[in-house]
Amino acid sequence: MSARDEILARVRRAVEGAPEVAIPRGYRTTVRVADLVGLFAERVDDYRAVVHVLPSAEVPGKIAELVAGRRMVVPDGLPPEWQVPGGVAGGTVAELDGADGVVTGCAVAIAETGTIVLDAGPGQGRRAQTLVPDYHLCVVRADQIVAGVPEAVARLDPVRPLTWISGPSATSDIELNRVEGVHGPRTLEVIIST
Amino acid sequence: MRVALFITCVNDTLFPGTGKAVVSLLRRLGCEVDFPTAQTCCGQMHVNTGYRQEGVRLARRFTEVFAGYDAVVAPSGSCAAMVREQYPKLVRPGSRGAAAIAEVTPKVYELSEFLLDVLKVDDVGAYFPHRVTYHPTCHSLRGLHLGDRPTRLLQNVRGLELVPLPAADECCGFGGTFSVKNPAVSAAMGADKARSVLDTGAEVLCAADNSCLMHIGGTLSRQRTGVRIMHLAEILASTEASSQGGDAQ
Amino acid sequence: MSATFIGMPGNFPQNAAKAVQNSQLRYNLRKATHTIRGKRANVVNELPDWQELRAAGKAIKDDTLRHLDRYLVQMEEAVTRAGGHVHWARDADEANRIVTRLVQATGESEVVKVKSMATQEIGLNEALAAQGITAYETDLAELIVQLGDDFPSHILVPAIHRNRAEIREIFLDKMRPVPADLTDEPRALAEAARLHLRERFLKSKVAVSGANFMIAETGTLVVLESEGNGRMCLTLPETLISVVGIEKLLPSWRDLEVFMQLLPRSSTGERMNPYTSMWTGSTEGQDFHLVLLDNGRTNVLADEVGRQALRCIRCSACLNVCPVYERAGGHAYGSVYPGPIGAILTPQLRGMSSELDASLPYASSLCGACYEVCPVAIDIPEVLVDLRAKVHHAPAERAGMRVAGWILNDEVRLSKAQRLASRFRKVVPKRLPGPLSAWTDTRDLPEIPEESFRDWWERNERA
Repeated sequence: MSARDEILARVRRAVEGAPEVAIPRGYRTTVRVADLVGLFAERVDDYRAVVHVLPSAEVPGKIAELVAGRRMVVPDGLPPEWQVPGGVAGGTVAELDGADGVVTGCAVAIAETGTIVLDAGPGQGRRAQTLVPDYHLCVVRADQIVAGVPEAVARLDPVRPLTWISGPSATSDIELNRVEGVHGPRTLEVIIST
Repeated sequence: MRVALFITCVNDTLFPGTGKAVVSLLRRLGCEVDFPTAQTCCGQMHVNTGYRQEGVRLARRFTEVFAGYDAVVAPSGSCAAMVREQYPKLVRPGSRGAAAIAEVTPKVYELSEFLLDVLKVDDVGAYFPHRVTYHPTCHSLRGLHLGDRPTRLLQNVRGLELVPLPAADECCGFGGTFSVKNPAVSAAMGADKARSVLDTGAEVLCAADNSCLMHIGGTLSRQRTGVRIMHLAEILASTEASSQGGDAQ
Repeated sequence: MSATFIGMPGNFPQNAAKAVQNSQLRYNLRKATHTIRGKRANVVNELPDWQELRAAGKAIKDDTLRHLDRYLVQMEEAVTRAGGHVHWARDADEANRIVTRLVQATGESEVVKVKSMATQEIGLNEALAAQGITAYETDLAELIVQLGDDFPSHILVPAIHRNRAEIREIFLDKMRPVPADLTDEPRALAEAARLHLRERFLKSKVAVSGANFMIAETGTLVVLESEGNGRMCLTLPETLISVVGIEKLLPSWRDLEVFMQLLPRSSTGERMNPYTSMWTGSTEGQDFHLVLLDNGRTNVLADEVGRQALRCIRCSACLNVCPVYERAGGHAYGSVYPGPIGAILTPQLRGMSSELDASLPYASSLCGACYEVCPVAIDIPEVLVDLRAKVHHAPAERAGMRVAGWILNDEVRLSKAQRLASRFRKVVPKRLPGPLSAWTDTRDLPEIPEESFRDWWERNERA
C-alpha cells in the first residue's frame, strides 16, 4: 500500500464514529471603528515603524523627500504619481541587494493590528523586492484600510502570494524582548494617503 | 434544607478542626447539618495518579452516600471540583453509575459557593482580628471558578485585615501525588509561594483547601517563619465569643 | 550540530531536580516567561471576543480532524493544481528519505531552513548530514542552539534558556564572521546574525520549511515569523520543500480570520507577528514540494481523549504560563515538544515505553493554567490524567495505591486506620524514610490530630 493510501486509511479508522462538529462563529466579523486611519497609524507606530498621514496631493512630495539620495527599487505598476527619479527595476537578487530601498503600494491594511498586506499586484512587486532592500516605504490609501482581520481575509485572494507585514523585521529570541532589525527591512515607513 | 457535610478524607484524617468549623458555621446560619458516616474519599488521588478503577469505585460510593440531600457542602475546592468537573467524564453516559453521577454532582458545593450562591450570605458575622492573606488554590480558581467569593466573605469578617497575595494565581506546587513524584519542582514552587506569603507580612495564610495549605504550611513551618495556616471555614466560624478561648481549632 | 532527543536517558523528575538547582537557568526562564505572560495577557484582554475566537478555533480544528481524510485529499489536489508536488510520509525515516532525495535531485549540498517543529521532530538535519547535506538554521534562536551544539528548550524560542551574555559568548566562539567588538545588546546580537546569514540567504538554491497552517480549500501554506529569515527562505531559493504534519490543515480560507488572531497574540504576545507569508503551489516560478507527515499522528487521532492534542497550533502559551516548565526548563522533557503540550504530545507520538516518556504525564501539578491560556482549548490536565491511567505503574506504587483504595472504600477500615495514626501521633518521625522522604525533605508534616473528624462527630452528635 502506498504511504498516501495507508495514511488515509489510518485516518479513516481513527475517526470512525466520531461526532460531527458545528463551528460557532460568534466572534466579530466586522468591527466599527470611528477613525480607521487614526487607529491604523497608531498601531503601525506601536511597532516602531514611521508613519505619515497626508492628503493624497502631498504624497508625491513626501515620497520625493524621503527617497532623496537613496537608490530605490520601483516595482511594476506603481502609480505614476508615486514614481521616484532614477528607480531601479530590481530584477535580480544582486540588483536588490545593491539597492537602498523599495517603494510600494499595498493590497489591504488592517487597522486593529497595524498590518499591511502585499499581494504582488501592481505597484507591490515580487516578494523578494520588499524583502532584500533594507528600507521599505509603503503607501497605503485610506480606502484600503479595514478594521479587523476578518475583513482583510475576505478581501484577499489566496491564490496570489501574500505577505503580511506588521512593522519592521524584529525578533523576540533574546530573553523574549522584542528588538527591531534582523533579516527583513530594518526600517518600515508608511505613508497613509487620505 | 437538608445539608450534608462532605468532609473529604484529608480533612477528616488530618484537619478535623475544619469540619467542626463548617458544622458550627452552617448551624449558626440556620442549616440542619448531617454527616453521612459512610462517606470516605472522592477518589481524586487515585484518578489523578492513574488508578481509574479504584477512583471510579470511590466515585460510585460517593454518589450512593450523598443521594437524597438538597445540598452537599465540601470545605475543599479541589474535592468539589473533582466531583463536579471530573466525575461526569469518568463514567460513560448510559453505563452503571452515570445516572447517579448526573443526579448528585450538581448539588455539590464548595463552602464559599454554598454561602454566597445558595444561602445568599456574604457576611457570616465572623470576628477575626488578624492580618490574613488568601491563596486561591488552582482547583477553586480554575476548576470551580470561585472568583472573588472567598475574599468577599473574608472582607466582611470584623477585625480581619486582608492583604493581597502577590502572584496569587500561581500553583503552590502541591498537586497531590505530584508533591512526592516530582519533589524537586514541587518544593521549588512551594518555596516561591512561601516567599510570596512572607512578602505580605500576614500572620495567617488562608485557603479553601487544606491539602494545598498543608504543602505551603509545611514549607513555612520548615523555615520557621511563624506564619500559620487556616482554612477559610475556620476563620468564618470564628466569633468574638470563640476568639476569647483561642481560635476555632 | 544539535543532536536529537530520541533515546535520551533519565526521567523527568531526575532531569528537573538538576534543573531547579541551576541558578542561571532559573533566572533566565523566570525572566523570559514572566515577560511574555504579561505581553500575552495585554493583547488577549484587548479583544472583547477572545473566548468566541477560542471556541471557533477549537471547533474548526475538531472539524478538521473529524474529516482529515477529505481535507488531505483536497489539499493534495489544490497544491497539485497550482503546480506543486505532494509527498506522503508515514514516519520520520520516510520523510527524511523524501527530503534527502529532493535535495539530491537539485545537485545542491546545502539547504537553508526556516524554524520548523516537524523537521526537528523527525531529526531532519541529522538525516541530511548523514548524506553529506548541510542544513543551516536561520531563525535566531535556532542559530544560537545550532552554534552552541545545544538542545532546543522551547517551541517558539528554542534558546529561551540562554541569556544575552551567554548568546554573545556562543557567537564569539562559533560564529564566522563575527564582529570583534560584539556587545551583549540584543540589537547588536541580532545585527551579527543578520551579517552572518546574509550571503547564505542570497545564494541558497534550496530551502526547507514547515508551516503553521495549510488551507485545504485553496492549497495555501502559511508561515508566521518575525525576523524575515522565513521570507528569505520561502522567497529566494529555486526549490522549496515544506514538511508539514497532517494535522496542520484548516478547511477553508476563511478560517484564517480566526487563527491569524489567535496565534500571534498567544505566542509572541503581539497583535500581529512582523511577517506572515502565504503561498499556493509553485509561486513565482519556484519548484515547490509539500511533504505530508504522519509520524504517529494517526495514533493520536485514534484516541478519543488524547486526539485534542492535535488541535495544537504550537503557540507555546502553555509553556510560558506553566509553573513546572518555568522551574524545570525545556530540556527536562527530553523532547522537541517540552512543557504541558509536550507532556501530552510526546508520550502519544512516541509511546510510553521508555522511562522518560512514561514520566512525562506526571510532569504537572494539574494546576490548569495551560488549559486556561490555550487558544484552541486543549484540556491538557484531562489528557494528562487519561495518559496516567494508561502508563505502566511501578509495582510498589501499584501495591500502595491498591491498599489505599481498599482502606478508603470502607468507612470502618478508614476509621481504624485513622485511629492507628492517632495512637502513634507522638512518635511519627519528623523525617520519614523511603519514598515518603520526598515530602519531609523540604516540608514539615502536619500534626496528626488526637481524633479524626468522624470520631468527633460520633462522640458529640450521635450521643
